[in-house]
Amino acid sequence: MNLRTLWRKLINAVMFGLSGGCTLLAVSVLLFILGYLVWQGGEAVNWAFFTELPRPVGETGGGMANAIVGSAKLLLLAALIGIPIGLLGGIYLAEFGGKTWSFLLRYATDLLNGAPSIVIGLLAYAVLVLPMRQFSTLAGGFALGVIMIPTALRTSEEFLQSVPRPLREAAMALGASRWKTIATVVVPAALPGILTGMLLGLARIAGETAPLLFTAFSNRFWSPGWSQPTASLPVMIYTYAIAPYEDWHRQAWAAGLVLLVLILIANVGTRFLLSRRTPWERL
Amino acid sequence: MATPAKATERAIPPQRMRLWFRRLHDGDAVAHLVTLIFASSVLLVTSLLVYELWVDSAFSRQEFGWGFLFTSTWDPVFENFGAWPFVYGTLVTSALALLLAVPVGLGAAIFLAELAPPKISSALAFVVDLLAAVPSVIYGLLGIFVLVPWMRTTAEPFLNTTLGFLPLFQGPAYGVGFLAGGLILAIMILPFIISVSREVLLAVPRDQREAALALGATHWEATWKVVLPYARTGIFGSIFLALARALGETMAVTMVIGNTPQVSSSLFAPGYTIAAVIANEFTEATGDMHLAALMELGLVLFLVTFILNGLARLLILATTQQGTARE
Repeated sequence: MNLRTLWRKLINAVMFGLSGGCTLLAVSVLLFILGYLVWQGGEAVNWAFFTELPRPVGETGGGMANAIVGSAKLLLLAALIGIPIGLLGGIYLAEFGGKTWSFLLRYATDLLNGAPSIVIGLLAYAVLVLPMRQFSTLAGGFALGVIMIPTALRTSEEFLQSVPRPLREAAMALGASRWKTIATVVVPAALPGILTGMLLGLARIAGETAPLLFTAFSNRFWSPGWSQPTASLPVMIYTYAIAPYEDWHRQAWAAGLVLLVLILIANVGTRFLLSRRTPWERL
Repeated sequence: MATPAKATERAIPPQRMRLWFRRLHDGDAVAHLVTLIFASSVLLVTSLLVYELWVDSAFSRQEFGWGFLFTSTWDPVFENFGAWPFVYGTLVTSALALLLAVPVGLGAAIFLAELAPPKISSALAFVVDLLAAVPSVIYGLLGIFVLVPWMRTTAEPFLNTTLGFLPLFQGPAYGVGFLAGGLILAIMILPFIISVSREVLLAVPRDQREAALALGATHWEATWKVVLPYARTGIFGSIFLALARALGETMAVTMVIGNTPQVSSSLFAPGYTIAAVIANEFTEATGDMHLAALMELGLVLFLVTFILNGLARLLILATTQQGTARE
């Protein structure tokens, strides 16, 4: 083996070694984040965190019950916007869409997906907060719903399209109309995938903070109804993290852990759900 | 539907109506219409977004014109607004993020697409996707309590002693600042670069690799000289996508950049970004002009990411034929 071959083999080994190192780096970042949050948050999280309201400044203890409920309410509203649009829009793109209009819609969806979430917050502010003259759960939920639409829509379209043609044809051959076919054959077949998409969409918006700052705002008490400012987990993490109180930092870690665990469970869970239920879909 | 001759054109509407009603009876037309409406709401929301940003920023646009982007006073009291420090901070942190994340991301993508066995590759890709699922505010939390102290006590003094002859690495080490912002952004965009580049690389036909290997190239040479050039467009797409993310990223940067509107040649200095100033000042903005100026910043941010995303999607589409299908 001459020197040049040896050199080339060396380069080969070194470069692939480096690329492996890059992968290791990326993966270890996730492990570090998880580990650090479990360590810091695990010490901080306790029963009171889930059941009590925030205490006044200066008193230690208390929890974020209102923020947990607030986040749930915001997610519910967002789901009410994101799921119908995602599902029905996805059906249109997968089943009815022509060429140009569908392309335009897909493109718009991708662009909306790429829009910074804080800009969506500005939209919600202009559309809901300004006319109502008040920060509200409604405005926050609207912002999150808009952010959820692209993910929900594109994943449902993708999973609907992955339903094998023969299934559709069989239903049509039995005399079912287009709509009947979609409603009773195609959608049920793609349902696990669609649900996954919705869950992933919800997981994505569950951690959104920026658009909530000036739509749902924050609240140190319960927020009854839908038209008042409400606390939410991500915003609480933010305000508690930048505040100068030790005890607030502790609670920020606890909230961070709770939020991250919920989001990761949604992500990992849907993955398992999928790999079991839709054999034709590559993962 | 058959195309009728011209002479019978008058007879068509009722016939078409009847057809339409029959389909309506089956529910097909209704379903078509309803789903179309829901799908179109995406376009509606997008145009509403542009409209609102445009209208609500009118005051500021008329008052300051293009100079808005390039002047440095940001004075809410006297209602004099120039956004240069924010634009500068956004550009610097994003550039830093790309500089750090592109080599690492590309390296990881190469490993995952070329070397790792398919099972391991998809498992690791899933882990990388999880990294993308971690909310921005949690990156910020770790940024404040882990990254910033580390920068202040270890990284910045080290850079100062080794590379301190460059103006980039001079000045006091605050911890918070452009460098911390860039670093945290780099970590956040890394998963996007990896997962999109990996998919683009996987879409390169096998023949390309085999041809290079058959000519005697080593595995790395085949990757570097054949596969990468083939996938170049898509990789640029992934970088644009990541850049768009970096520009619009709000919380993590807000928490570590120091929120000081200044233009400094030192990377250690605290700065500010467009997204951060919107997040910080929007709730407190009382004057119409202040609100309009912040709205204009939002408009700028949206337009820039809009263009970048549009380009990125086209580039990825050109290489994978289905680039827009997956995130």
